[in-house]
Amino acid sequence: MSARPDKPNAQALAGVRICDFTGQLAGAGATKWLAAFGAEVIRIEDPTNEGGWDILRRVPPFVDDRRGPDFGGGFNNHNVGKRGITLNLRTERGKELLATIVEKSDVVTENYAAGVLERWGFGYERLKELRPDIIYVSNCGFGHSGPYVSFKTWGPIVQALCGLTFTSGLPDEEPAGWGFSYMDHTGGFYMAMAVLLAILHRKRTGEGQWVDMACCEAGLTLNGPALLDYTVNGRPMRRDGQPNGNRSEWPRMAPHGIYRAAGDDEWVSIACRSDADWHACVSVIDEDWARKVEWASLESRIAEQDALDDHLHAWCRTRDKFEIQRALQAAGVPAAAVQKPEERIERDPATAEFDLWPTVHHTKMGDVRVDGLPVRFSWTPHSFTQGAPCIGEHTEEVLTSLLGLSTEEVAALREEGVV
Amino acid sequence: MSALNGIRVVELAHERCAFAGKLLGDMGADVVVVEPIGGSPTRAHEPFVDDVPDPERSLSWWHYNTSKRGIALDWKQPAGRDALVELIDRADILLEAEDPGVLADHGLADSALTEAMPRLIHVALTPFGPDGARSDEHATDLTILAGGGPAWNCGYDDHELPPIRGGGQHGYAIGCHYAAMSALTALVHRELGGAGQRIDVSMHAAANVTTEMATYNWLIAKGNVQRQTGRHATAFQTMPSQQVCADGRYVNTGVPPRTPKEYGNLLRWLRELGLESELPEAIFLEMGAQKDEIDMSLIGTDDETTAIFGAGRAALTLIASRVGAKEYFLGAQRAGLPVGVIYSPEEAFEDEHFKARGFQVEVEQPQLGRAIKYPGAPYLFEKSPWAISRTAPRLGEHTDEVLTEIGVDPTPLRAAGVISTLE
Repeated sequence: MSARPDKPNAQALAGVRICDFTGQLAGAGATKWLAAFGAEVIRIEDPTNEGGWDILRRVPPFVDDRRGPDFGGGFNNHNVGKRGITLNLRTERGKELLATIVEKSDVVTENYAAGVLERWGFGYERLKELRPDIIYVSNCGFGHSGPYVSFKTWGPIVQALCGLTFTSGLPDEEPAGWGFSYMDHTGGFYMAMAVLLAILHRKRTGEGQWVDMACCEAGLTLNGPALLDYTVNGRPMRRDGQPNGNRSEWPRMAPHGIYRAAGDDEWVSIACRSDADWHACVSVIDEDWARKVEWASLESRIAEQDALDDHLHAWCRTRDKFEIQRALQAAGVPAAAVQKPEERIERDPATAEFDLWPTVHHTKMGDVRVDGLPVRFSWTPHSFTQGAPCIGEHTEEVLTSLLGLSTEEVAALREEGVV
Repeated sequence: MSALNGIRVVELAHERCAFAGKLLGDMGADVVVVEPIGGSPTRAHEPFVDDVPDPERSLSWWHYNTSKRGIALDWKQPAGRDALVELIDRADILLEAEDPGVLADHGLADSALTEAMPRLIHVALTPFGPDGARSDEHATDLTILAGGGPAWNCGYDDHELPPIRGGGQHGYAIGCHYAAMSALTALVHRELGGAGQRIDVSMHAAANVTTEMATYNWLIAKGNVQRQTGRHATAFQTMPSQQVCADGRYVNTGVPPRTPKEYGNLLRWLRELGLESELPEAIFLEMGAQKDEIDMSLIGTDDETTAIFGAGRAALTLIASRVGAKEYFLGAQRAGLPVGVIYSPEEAFEDEHFKARGFQVEVEQPQLGRAIKYPGAPYLFEKSPWAISRTAPRLGEHTDEVLTEIGVDPTPLRAAGVISTLE
């Protein structure tokens, strides 16, 4: 066995500095990941509205009765491990300071509407002047080119445009959609990947670059087989019987659904991947209707899926969702209770094992649990300790340590309204 | 040059990790997908070209395996395992989604992988992690999304209807996004002089932290959110946000107008459509447009503000009843209102904006003897672009090519029934 080149518990992204303008979840989620692995993320915010562009700074949930830009629970959740400074980019001095930060950064990230950073005087051309190998990753709904470049989006609008709202629903009902900003999460994933890919490219070639991300396009790629069914077979998703997210057309499975269990709004999911799974399922159900000979074959179960589902709904209705899960899992059949937040967060061993709800210390809120990461790295584990920055919390620290300003100079900038 | 040029990935074919391999392959990695001799079970996944079931006609396989080479190798036999170890030893990343214990049972424990190959990045994607209380449970995309939290958020105001799984294998997609992010993070670490490592990704955990406020509302305020038609699940009931248009299609109406400028734009749009005379409340739009500012917190207490807000909603409802969803979307966005047309996937694919940005990508498909259109790039790289470098491999297409590259003679393996090669 050859020796490993470094020590365990190293930080994977130590030495990577990110000048970060992101906010909400679509951008902040990306730099949360990078910060968790040791990248130095410096959030730049506007002192004149106390970082108000990121509305999550001020909206519920709250830990207590305190309100204001340092008490938004979602903001804390998405910005752990980052440093935060304020810079008034309406002032020349603010622009000079930002220019120096860009010169010292590897990456600039933002998810403003297209053109906002350019109007601040920091479009890609300017960033390149400041640092020729800069990596610039922008993320907005429609990207920085094309007929809709001036249109505005947020998570649910992106999901509507890219087909994901449509494909989440039942036939003959209006779209159910996603019930949360799924594409904010996913946009953040692609933004994080874009940063990492561009770092790898720069490491080999010395070249920086601009990655123009349109969140709608990232979402549209997630319709792969449906789009090929359209381009190759000419079959649209907008057709009778579609969409039906709880059934599985690709690959074909039956039964496959979410069934009502005993109790108030309690549900359980069951998926039979094969005839063998159904056979095992029948042995658990142990009732005559399930032993119907024809249903031993997938074709018949698919043809009579409505009847099959009616029976399963009735069978589940009198049973506890976790009991159904246990009985079917014991027989080898995929089944899972639809878990409510409290159940999966407080009582599910599989989330605790991944330390999925770590406690971080926020300077004003105190100790708060946040979303962790669903991964375990054997050599460079991630870590969360510090909560999100309060508005301007690290201004003095960053300006003195990174830019070499004196405490007096920072105090003067504060007087002038620059920071 | 592509971002992952020269990076070698070995992927053990599995429905749970195929998309992660595509994400790396489309950015330029040399991904070799290893199938069993009879082909990956995912080749049996619908839809098929012309609905004819055939392992070489699965559009699902075609989509999730672009930019990969493919070999057919039975690594559950010792000779096949030895060849696989040779292949992994020359790779940067091993990507797999086998059930817990399967690799170790076949001589591929950590001692034979990351512990013996210090530069190797081994990404293991499992439903519940490798060694936990639920690791032996069986899972599919549906059960991951149901047990992991997303499904609880999705559905209808009517709770007689079930929570909904968004169609399109998003439980797997979430896990694969985390797997790809993990692989890239570990790769940057290695390129900066560090070591390889083993990385475990739990799909159940991944779904759990992909639920936005459903989770942090509990963590912070101990609140359980409730699903609502077409909008965020929240702890309290919110106003409907979807509207059916004159063509029977839906739009997401986003946030109603709130500023004087938005009321002015809305009134102008109403006039352009010739609908002002049909809306008695139009007068309040004009009032809204002429105000210096509108304090929305006064809705319900101040009559004028309440009337202005109500007129905004009434105007949008009237317009929706007269125009199609696409026209509504374009008109509202031009008026500065962030609304979205609810497209089906193919309608989005044909939208002029995405077409103009090059989202439709034509690729020559050898099985068909013609080019077909694939969904394009999730992100536009200026210097190291995303690309489909080749179509999904046919079964055993690159078996001999890949084995020869690593110095393994395919002939005896073929004779022993350990590999197969495309004729």
